[in-house]
Amino acid sequence: MDYQDYPNHYKCCMSKEAKFCPGCGYPVVLRFLHAILKEKKLEKKTALGLDIGCSLLAWDLLPINTFQTHHGRVVPTMVGFNRAKPDLLSVALVGDGGAYAIGLQSLLWAAMRNDPVLVIVVNNTVYAMTGGQMAPTTMVEQKTDTSPVGNDQPPVLGPELIRGLSPKAYLARAAVNDVKQLNIYLNKAVEACQLGNFALVEVLSFCPTNWRTKGAETNERVEEMKKVFKIGEF
Amino acid sequence: MVVKACIDAGAKMMFGYPITPGTEILSHWIREAQTDKSLKYLQTEDEIAAGFCVCGAVLAGEKAFTATAGPGTVLMQDALSMADGMRLPVVVIVVQRGGPSSGTVIYSQQEVNLAIHGGNGEGLRLVYSPSNLSELYEYTRLAFNNAWKYNFPTVVLSDGFLMKTRQLVDLDFKIKNFSAEPIISENTQKNIRNIYTFEEELGEKLAQDKKDFEKMGSEVIKSEVFCGRGQVATCPYFDELIIAHGIVAGAAKEAVDELQKAGKKVGLFRPITLSPFPKDELNKLAKSVKKIFIVESSMGQLRDLVKQNLDAAIEVDGLYKPAEGIEAEEVVKLFE
Repeated sequence: MDYQDYPNHYKCCMSKEAKFCPGCGYPVVLRFLHAILKEKKLEKKTALGLDIGCSLLAWDLLPINTFQTHHGRVVPTMVGFNRAKPDLLSVALVGDGGAYAIGLQSLLWAAMRNDPVLVIVVNNTVYAMTGGQMAPTTMVEQKTDTSPVGNDQPPVLGPELIRGLSPKAYLARAAVNDVKQLNIYLNKAVEACQLGNFALVEVLSFCPTNWRTKGAETNERVEEMKKVFKIGEF
Repeated sequence: MVVKACIDAGAKMMFGYPITPGTEILSHWIREAQTDKSLKYLQTEDEIAAGFCVCGAVLAGEKAFTATAGPGTVLMQDALSMADGMRLPVVVIVVQRGGPSSGTVIYSQQEVNLAIHGGNGEGLRLVYSPSNLSELYEYTRLAFNNAWKYNFPTVVLSDGFLMKTRQLVDLDFKIKNFSAEPIISENTQKNIRNIYTFEEELGEKLAQDKKDFEKMGSEVIKSEVFCGRGQVATCPYFDELIIAHGIVAGAAKEAVDELQKAGKKVGLFRPITLSPFPKDELNKLAKSVKKIFIVESSMGQLRDLVKQNLDAAIEVDGLYKPAEGIEAEEVVKLFE
């Protein structure tokens, strides 16, 4: 990890203790998002909507306006928010289940309409808050509580799926174990939104609690994910 | 009529999904928005998105609303439940249609339970049931005002028949609009939640909500006592009482007139706010009453509300015609 290269990113919101599990990737995403907002002087000009799932734990972490919504419904909530208040940056933080299963319809339509909402999808290949069930991003042969003999369905590739539907959207996939790239993509996504376009950054993230992995294994698992979920801009 | 009321109430944004018999509200709003550029709209991908878009717009301080019907009202419960939890002034016009399922599309009073208790909570919603076009206008105006004043989601019930009714209406209804303030803006630093770590936290929140709801009730509860156009000498001391709401009350009023001509000491009680229910008004009126007749286009959704709120043990009979219109003669026959 290259946190030492981003001292301000790391420190900027350390005043509050995150409620996420030890080793979770969410705080990394949130701290980089916050640092970018701070740098761009957008702290006051941002509304962060949270889906239900682990994302809800971010409700009071950052010194910006946040509100929880319902599972799979953060995108339409932020679409409504943005249409009423376009001068604020509307950010939706959502897990892979909320984005690509129960909330997929609204996600695709927000992208197709090019609603200027920044959607950050944290992909850890499971429904983490409920204890590690099969998600739309669960990889082939991956075992979970609800796929005990191994999943046989290829995972949803969010940015790739949306690419063909939304020509103006900014779409990228990063990973929490490469924060340099994450920082670049999140920056570009914020800028795309400010120019009036839909943006989605999927972030491959750690979930040692549900993966039942330790430090190095957790990192290895993300590297495995990268073989299925290609890192880059789309 | 609904669209005019929404515009006059200061609504600026509608999110909706077409569904009979509520579609005209969306299409009429969009037609108005072609000339009045301050009116915004979005035809969403489904009712769920429409409801959550309204939640988002309301958080941003916009008087936003949606309109739906039947299965759409079912889908709308997801967003309404969030509005319940976060006390968002979401306004929904529910154009009831026959159910269950896709059912029919003209008469119905079968969405009363959904309007009040469709969420996974305590049903702290303001629900109006207007009975004619001028009331549809008035109570839609009041729906916006009171939603934003008291911060409870608010439903205006109608049905396919009332929605398609055309008549000349004298709109002599002047109230000052309650202004909408943003809940989230660049001047706030709020963290709003709808999930609680401890049971006690949620318990305290709900106790406060209930207290606020009761306080609102003392200021917004509405009902009508109809004594008959001939004004029987005993009014409001009736032997028998008809209870009806919405457009069915129109037929019930005609029936009261007929029955009084035949010498019956009968009157009509009409709850206009179904939630909070006009409990005190009902019980005051019920003191002299020996028998109550419920008349509704449902199998007993109003009856259940009445029974929940009636203190005295009075015999309750009724005419229950789910998803059918009700004529005055049928009501009169109940008394034979």
